[in-house]
Amino acid sequence: MTTNSAARRREHGHTGFHRTKHAVGRFVIYSLLLFWTFVSLFPVYWTISTSFKTAVNVTQGHLLPWVHFEPDWKGWRSLGLSPDTIFSTSTVREEFLKRFGNSIMTSLGAASLAVVLGSLAAYGLSRFQYKFGWMRNKDISFFFVSQLILPPVVVALPFLVLYKELALLDSRLGLILVYALTVMPIVIWIMRDQFNTIPRELDEAALVDGCTSWRAFTSIMLPIALPGMVAAFILACVLCWNEYFFAALLTSTDAKTLPVMVASQTGSQGISWWSMAALATAAIAPLTLVGIFLESYIVKGLTAGSVK
Amino acid sequence: MSKVRNKNARGSVSAGRRALGQGLMIAAGVGLAAVVLMQALHAGGIIPVGFSNWRPTLYAYLLWAVAIGAGQVLMRGEAGQRALFLLPAVMFTVALVIFPTLFGLYIAFSDWNLSAFEEHHFNGLDNIRFLLKDEYFWNALGNMVWYMLSVFFQYGIAFGLALLLNAEIRARKFFRVVFLLPFMLSPVAVSWMIGKSLMDYRFGPAAKLARLLGWESPAFFTAPWIARLSIMAMDAWVSIPFIMILLLAGLQALPKEVLEAAKVDGASIWQSFTQMTFPLMLPVSVTAIVLRMIFQLKLADIVINVTAGGPGGATDTVSSFIYREYRDRSNVGYGTMLAEVYLIMIIIFMTGLMSVANRWVQKYTTES
Repeated sequence: MTTNSAARRREHGHTGFHRTKHAVGRFVIYSLLLFWTFVSLFPVYWTISTSFKTAVNVTQGHLLPWVHFEPDWKGWRSLGLSPDTIFSTSTVREEFLKRFGNSIMTSLGAASLAVVLGSLAAYGLSRFQYKFGWMRNKDISFFFVSQLILPPVVVALPFLVLYKELALLDSRLGLILVYALTVMPIVIWIMRDQFNTIPRELDEAALVDGCTSWRAFTSIMLPIALPGMVAAFILACVLCWNEYFFAALLTSTDAKTLPVMVASQTGSQGISWWSMAALATAAIAPLTLVGIFLESYIVKGLTAGSVK
Repeated sequence: MSKVRNKNARGSVSAGRRALGQGLMIAAGVGLAAVVLMQALHAGGIIPVGFSNWRPTLYAYLLWAVAIGAGQVLMRGEAGQRALFLLPAVMFTVALVIFPTLFGLYIAFSDWNLSAFEEHHFNGLDNIRFLLKDEYFWNALGNMVWYMLSVFFQYGIAFGLALLLNAEIRARKFFRVVFLLPFMLSPVAVSWMIGKSLMDYRFGPAAKLARLLGWESPAFFTAPWIARLSIMAMDAWVSIPFIMILLLAGLQALPKEVLEAAKVDGASIWQSFTQMTFPLMLPVSVTAIVLRMIFQLKLADIVINVTAGGPGGATDTVSSFIYREYRDRSNVGYGTMLAEVYLIMIIIFMTGLMSVANRWVQKYTTES
């Protein structure tokens, strides 16, 4: 847009009109950008600020801290995470930390499992020719990626029954296995693209030198493909952290994750918004930080394989 | 299992090693079969020896998988090593997908209800008959059509945002991070943040704003159409960043020379968009929309937590409807039948969509 008008300004020479047009264009662009910034951030701001409100401030709908209302630790106190309660015992905090730990363990566990299994498979599929019955590489890849369209409702119930028999119900291991299954197609999608962009000559040279394929993979491919693996890992973590459906059906007391806790509180808390807001803030905080500091990896993971 | 057809991959493997590998694989197979058989007989009450649950069969399967992998390497050398890259993922996926799918089919044809005292039994086509007459299911399916159409709306906004981010602006990184943020947040948390508090009838700022703009009673979740639009808005808030990121990457990958040439030729902004940018972006757009539709078909979290399908099923998605069938009515057999039918519909829909999209993209790109 801008280079367009700039180029035309150079061509025609009569600058006044184009300069105003240019300025109007910039104004429109930045207004739209700021408008969407507001749309994206306001719900987050609202949640964080509500966690510091008392009942009066909630019902009056005060917006700005220190201007409209005096911030209060009330919401965080009910979670046991305010400065005055942080060192005393709190059952709510214990519960929260347990759910938080479950979420971390299941996300990291499932993402690791999916990245290890998925990367190996993606490497094999990008380098060697397999034949499995009538299935060739193309069919095997399709088999993996097609898992993506499987809606959780279809397998949820059989999993419930299967896990009951395997004594995996309400266990972190059970959730890790399901989550790894759900993110594996995405990991394979990303990693196949990654390996395809690495020149074949590299590992072929190693094979000619007498390395086995595993040696070539670990010593040559792994270091090059590492950024892609990190991207796949982070994206998998994000998806697992936010997963609700399976967690709600397959866990009850021990392995409950943070989204299940948030969901169960929304109904029961009624008007005590401050504590709900504190809980929601704590639940989105880790991923907000991930989004701010690891944004480039997430973009890399999302765009791998879909933009040529 | 899998054969690698590559000449230089065929290492020399001694006969003894091959026999060892074969023996290992057979032994592991027999071992797994024995454990499964014993547990099945024990579970059926035929023999007293057995484990209290099926967990040991899981370990037996793991051992079997390891033995198969080792056997492949022993028997086929380098070719076996190559198979070993693929085998773990295949065995993992097959074990976790094939069983639930087959078992799901079995459940789908039974009258299984978790809260009933009676044993469940096969009830033939009863579930299908009931499904055909189940208004709530067809209603949810009808809602899905609207939710799928809302993807195009999301795409429109996402394209606009991607164009904005691709313009020459300052602080591009800042805007990109901020615009991506909603995608990172858990839909359950968003359900509360936006659905339950921001859009709250009494104290929510969204309701306040609506009152200010002249809407007397801004109840976002009581009238069917408004409730549906509210859910769509929330879903769009979470999903637009995903499409936006894909489109932005597509815009950045566009050949600069072509666009520059259009400018030199004196094309207006609108002309260069409709005649150059948009057609060039078509493949990326189709990928983004198809991917987004795949995820949209699973839409459930927000609906479950904000409206539970209400009012009167106006916001129900198929997933949230089946979820309530499990959770509230424990109607396992019927719910699974719904899910299986939904899966078949999805497969038909996606196959059709993909072939239409492919043909369309090919036609469009070869013509221009």
